[in-house]
Amino acid sequence: MLNVENLVVCYGGIEALKGIDFNVEEGKIVTLIGANGAGKSTTLKSIVGLVKPKNGKISYLNKNLLNVETKNMVKEGIVLVPEGRRVFPDLTVLENLKIGAFVRKDENKIKEDLEWVYSLFPRLKERTWQLAGTLSGGEQQMLAVGRALMARPKLMMMDEPSLGLAPLIVKEIFEIIKEINKQGVTILLIEQNANAALHIADYAYVLETGKITMQGKGKELLEDENVKKAYLGQNTK
Amino acid sequence: MKRKKYNIIFSVILIILLFVILYFAKLYLDDYKSRILNLCAIYTILGLSLNLINGFTGLFSLGHAGFMAIGAYTTALLTMPIPIKEQNFFMAPLISPLDKIVWPFLPSLILGGILAAFVAFLIGAPVLRLKGDYLAIATLGFSEIIRVIFTNTQRLTNGALGLKGIPNTTNLFWSFGIAVITLIVMILLINSSYGRAFKAIREDEIAAENMGINLFKHKILAFTIGAFFAGIGGGLLGNLIGAIDPLMFRFFLTYNILLIIVLGGMGSITGTVISAFIITISMEALRFLDESINLGFFTIRGIPGLRMVVFSVLLMMVILFFRNGLMGNKEITLDILANKLSKKPLTKGGVKR
Repeated sequence: MLNVENLVVCYGGIEALKGIDFNVEEGKIVTLIGANGAGKSTTLKSIVGLVKPKNGKISYLNKNLLNVETKNMVKEGIVLVPEGRRVFPDLTVLENLKIGAFVRKDENKIKEDLEWVYSLFPRLKERTWQLAGTLSGGEQQMLAVGRALMARPKLMMMDEPSLGLAPLIVKEIFEIIKEINKQGVTILLIEQNANAALHIADYAYVLETGKITMQGKGKELLEDENVKKAYLGQNTK
Repeated sequence: MKRKKYNIIFSVILIILLFVILYFAKLYLDDYKSRILNLCAIYTILGLSLNLINGFTGLFSLGHAGFMAIGAYTTALLTMPIPIKEQNFFMAPLISPLDKIVWPFLPSLILGGILAAFVAFLIGAPVLRLKGDYLAIATLGFSEIIRVIFTNTQRLTNGALGLKGIPNTTNLFWSFGIAVITLIVMILLINSSYGRAFKAIREDEIAAENMGINLFKHKILAFTIGAFFAGIGGGLLGNLIGAIDPLMFRFFLTYNILLIIVLGGMGSITGTVISAFIITISMEALRFLDESINLGFFTIRGIPGLRMVVFSVLLMMVILFFRNGLMGNKEITLDILANKLSKKPLTKGGVKR
């Protein structure tokens, strides 16, 4: 579905991505894991067009994505759940969700999807009229995901959904991500929390200082000695 | 749905009531008082238009005086009778065709608004790429440029001499009528999907763009609509006062409107209306501060401009104690009023919808 080839991105003279290749298959959860500064966010930013890559190809459903502007990504069916949630704090939960469906014109379908989002996140329904800024961190993350779903994406990209959340909430969010995937949304997940991400991922890539150093099925990588040592904090001796 | 219907009926009744009151006001109020009421309505229009740009879309624009100048000059030049035009332009004649054209008030006002909107559109294209303070400085600069151009185009605007003898067409019905129309347009706009997009841009530009909102299009839309109503407000003001000159449209005028929206609450329509009335009326009511005050045992010598000092102090107090203005970004709506009256618990969590 999404295919990235030899992607090179520079900030000034520094190469943040040194030519990475990866592939997101339709209907799967694919995750990119890596430490700070590995280039995870840069990858996402170049996919949605916020950063211009120096070299490489990004194609989506056999279409060159480099020529598509950020604001038109949603129309293509790609939506980003940004890092740090970025909900609209002074708008109500409902308004936030409605903005998610901004590019859509089919009022009835939007209503259906609103119910769908509410069924995924019952907590949001209770708080329909509350200002998003007054929600807790976990609820804000739910809102950010719900807002993205309102656009009816084919591909949902998530930038560190576990950021700043308690382990229990992280578990809850990841369960929901899995559920969303089951309902037909392809997911590209960018995470530092390798353990949580690998558990739900169908396929995973490990990113280190701008290069992909390892790849494999989520379960396989979980068992991998090197990954265990570097990311899962388990002493293998 | 039923509630919606009631709201519409109730709004219509309120508007009719307003015009009945205005009818009696026109009969019984003297010129001074009705002029203050007129100013209240005009400042409401200006406040609402600036609030659309600053409060709802979050673009810190200080160019309002410039747009008002365009509206005021257009309306004045189009509505002035030919002999008065000849009297005004004694230094250099007015360029043709303008010297022979006399239009009725309404089309002149609308053309004034459209011209202001057009200039806003041209200015907006480069300027709206800026953010925050930079945008404020750039729009301020453009508004000064417009003023300086008007000072130097002798044959079009009569330069620094200004225009005198503009017909006093603006009356309570004109100003309040247009204020009500502005109010309705703003409410409809803010509650539409455009309004949501404006607010999303104000809250978080990157997230808004991610959701597929075209930032530039919506920013320029808000800027142009705001300028349109600023032009109309300027036109009403010119034809109320009867004389305009470029100095009238200095930054000070923008500052007054900014004061209204900050006091009323950035992003609140009802707040803007309330504070437009408060500020315009208290500007006049505080006039006694400029004159000498006799306290019986001794007399305070009048200091011209003292009321502006008091005003500034008031503004500081508001900023200190009401960080978000009188209303914040809340609204008083018919729903909330109806619920208050019927003492029923607020539906939908008491939040405006």
